[in-house]
Amino acid sequence: MLPYTIKRLVSLTISLMAASLVIFFVIEVVPGDPASFMLGLNASPETVAALRDSLGLNAPAPVRYWQWITGLVQGEFGISYTYKVPVSELIADRFWVSMPLAIYALVLSTAIAFPVGVIAAAKRNSPTDVSIMGVTQLGVAVPNFWFAMLLVLLFAISLRWFSAGGFPGWEAGFLACMKALTLPAIALALPQASILARVMRSSLLDTLGEDFVRTARAKGLTRRQALWRHALRNALIPVLTIIGLQFSFLLAGAIIIENVFFLPGLGRLVFQSITQRDLIVVKSVIFLLVFAVILVTFIVDVTYAIVDPRLRRART
Amino acid sequence: MTSAFKALAFAGALAVSTALSPAAFAAKTDITVGAQLEPPNLDPTSGAAGAIDTVTYSNIFEGLTRFGPDGSINPGLAESWTISDDGKVYTFNLRKGVKFHDGSDMTADDVKFSLERIGAEESTNAQKALYADIESVEVVDPHTVKVTLSKPNGSMLFNLAWGDAVVVAPETIANNATNPVGTGAFVFKDWVQGDRVELERNPDYWGEPAKLEKVTFKFISDPNAAFAAVMAGDVDAFMPFPAPENLPQFAADPRFRVIAGSTEGETILSTNNKMPPLDNPKVREAIAHAIDRQAIIDGAMFGYGTPIGTHFAPHHPSYLDLTAQSNYDPEKAKALLAEAGHPDGFKTTLKLPPPSYARRGGEIIASQLRDIGIETEISNLEWAQWLEQVFKGKDYGLTIVSHTEPFDIGIYARPEYYFQYDSPEFQKIIEDLNNTADPEERDRLVKEAQKKIADDYVNGYLFQLANTGVVNAKLQGVWENAPTQAADMTSVYWED
Repeated sequence: MLPYTIKRLVSLTISLMAASLVIFFVIEVVPGDPASFMLGLNASPETVAALRDSLGLNAPAPVRYWQWITGLVQGEFGISYTYKVPVSELIADRFWVSMPLAIYALVLSTAIAFPVGVIAAAKRNSPTDVSIMGVTQLGVAVPNFWFAMLLVLLFAISLRWFSAGGFPGWEAGFLACMKALTLPAIALALPQASILARVMRSSLLDTLGEDFVRTARAKGLTRRQALWRHALRNALIPVLTIIGLQFSFLLAGAIIIENVFFLPGLGRLVFQSITQRDLIVVKSVIFLLVFAVILVTFIVDVTYAIVDPRLRRART
Repeated sequence: MTSAFKALAFAGALAVSTALSPAAFAAKTDITVGAQLEPPNLDPTSGAAGAIDTVTYSNIFEGLTRFGPDGSINPGLAESWTISDDGKVYTFNLRKGVKFHDGSDMTADDVKFSLERIGAEESTNAQKALYADIESVEVVDPHTVKVTLSKPNGSMLFNLAWGDAVVVAPETIANNATNPVGTGAFVFKDWVQGDRVELERNPDYWGEPAKLEKVTFKFISDPNAAFAAVMAGDVDAFMPFPAPENLPQFAADPRFRVIAGSTEGETILSTNNKMPPLDNPKVREAIAHAIDRQAIIDGAMFGYGTPIGTHFAPHHPSYLDLTAQSNYDPEKAKALLAEAGHPDGFKTTLKLPPPSYARRGGEIIASQLRDIGIETEISNLEWAQWLEQVFKGKDYGLTIVSHTEPFDIGIYARPEYYFQYDSPEFQKIIEDLNNTADPEERDRLVKEAQKKIADDYVNGYLFQLANTGVVNAKLQGVWENAPTQAADMTSVYWED
């Protein structure tokens, strides 16, 4: 177990270093100067030059890369060009919107997908299975931002049960925040739940066809008992992979949903900083998201090894 | 355990407050204002973003003079002033008893500091050029300031009303970007970046106190989300509203009132006066006659906007209506094009920034130009790219942009400006204008300037951007017009 984990850790570090280089140099070549963006149409070139100087944009690229990367290691992300506050503060505030939203959506999608997938597999080819497959097909096909707008139309504009969007801030209380995150979480969870349910079903069906399940049946277990006691655990590996990918997607990929519900999350921060050329924020947030994705992959890899003991031995 | 208990208590409190809310409605003293763009920071003296003024102008910060809702120049922190006969020395009498939000007194020293800071070498004030004529600022006594100009400048009182010239205190200047301390009728309370800015009534305001106790600006960038937020009652006003196509629906709803006032935004088809064949005035004249302004206003802005024939706001008393000089006449346009040596037309670029007036208007203009044989290659740019390529790099043939700075006809006197219009005659008019304080003479010169750029067909003049917004029908005192990009809340109140 330990050598396997160490090997994964090394690959995590290498990925992070490569990512930091790519992010920095891609952002270097993005056209558009933050200083001229901030000063608008009437400013003179001298004023723009003065601002570039005060933002520290005139140092050579390798120097700035080194400053950035050493800062990251120490948890110092620099000061946002436009907001003039530490980037770490900006990210921390947004993180406490995006992270709970991602967890909320993931819990919802898993809570829906698990029973649905298991029922579909257990009742294969029954009318229940067919209708579940039909509904999940639709769930995968419906774009989540459109579904989000429908939710807003129904629950915010017609019924007035929820606000159309926005986030009150955690100081307003846990319930108020969860309420604000409910519609976005549902909009995010629906397509994810559909995918997950379908993966759960086909993975279970594959496992049910394996030799060890046949052996279990031969020992006298019913189909259902074999499914619960033997197949389920073995069917979890592909499901875990999907959950890991989904979590990264929910954390980093909620940009559109955050725009529809005007939530101050990480996705909107990236979007806003790119248009405002607040490049110091862009690179730090992207790096953090990459870090989160790599970390989740690492955790999923380690979880595989717990679920499937063969991995611990085979890959050391 | 405790947090679960708190949550329960909170839910209980929520239920109680909901039950009581009809009684609380009668005396509503708070307002939530939606805005599309979030200010990057809250210091109007160090950034051009109009969103900064939206939140802070008059609400938090005040200058010596201030804009009234009709664009007139009113006394601000200066109660009165005198101008010397040669137009070079302005003596401002400051109001007494004005306090900054941190409790300190606003005195002549603060005014001196604020004005000198704009002109300093390391200044990052976006409108630094407007105040370049200020030679010295002298404190006569704590309530009198003498501003000496290097040459007369008839626009100085107007320029001092801009958000870029508000009075700030040296002790708090370092943090104004995130914690603004001004003298206005509202005190800054909180800014949740990406979501909202909260202001509270200033109990120690020198003038008539604001009627609202609390103002929340909520930033909603997506037009669909903006629509939903207004419909669901999450915001009480949304100005300017980003999607003109939704306005008729609001107008039909008795809960809302639609505002369609004027702005300082001249929306123009900016033309690169140095790029052949656009350097030929005949070609630019042909383009001017190829444009059907009303079709653009109807098609891109759903009817909101006033046609203009020069770079000047139609609501200004000195405005000249020159639209007839560039009326829609495709036949004449074709003839002019032939006369200029391009009977079969030519090809040029049309680079469009993100706002819908540009993207939608651009498609319409491209088709109108195609009718007279001019092919345009459209590229959609983000603002930062637009600034880099068009504004700074001057790598463009045509572009569409709204120039929202008030009274900005002076940009035509800058030959290095992105239109690259270099006319010594025009530069002379602006120089004379700056040296003139006499209102009648100024009026004559301003009209001459408008005429000159229309005669030279520097740019295609399209329409004055409308200030379109939607507000709750019970809200009173909201500015209809936008002489500067402000959302002045000082006299807004709820009708019972």
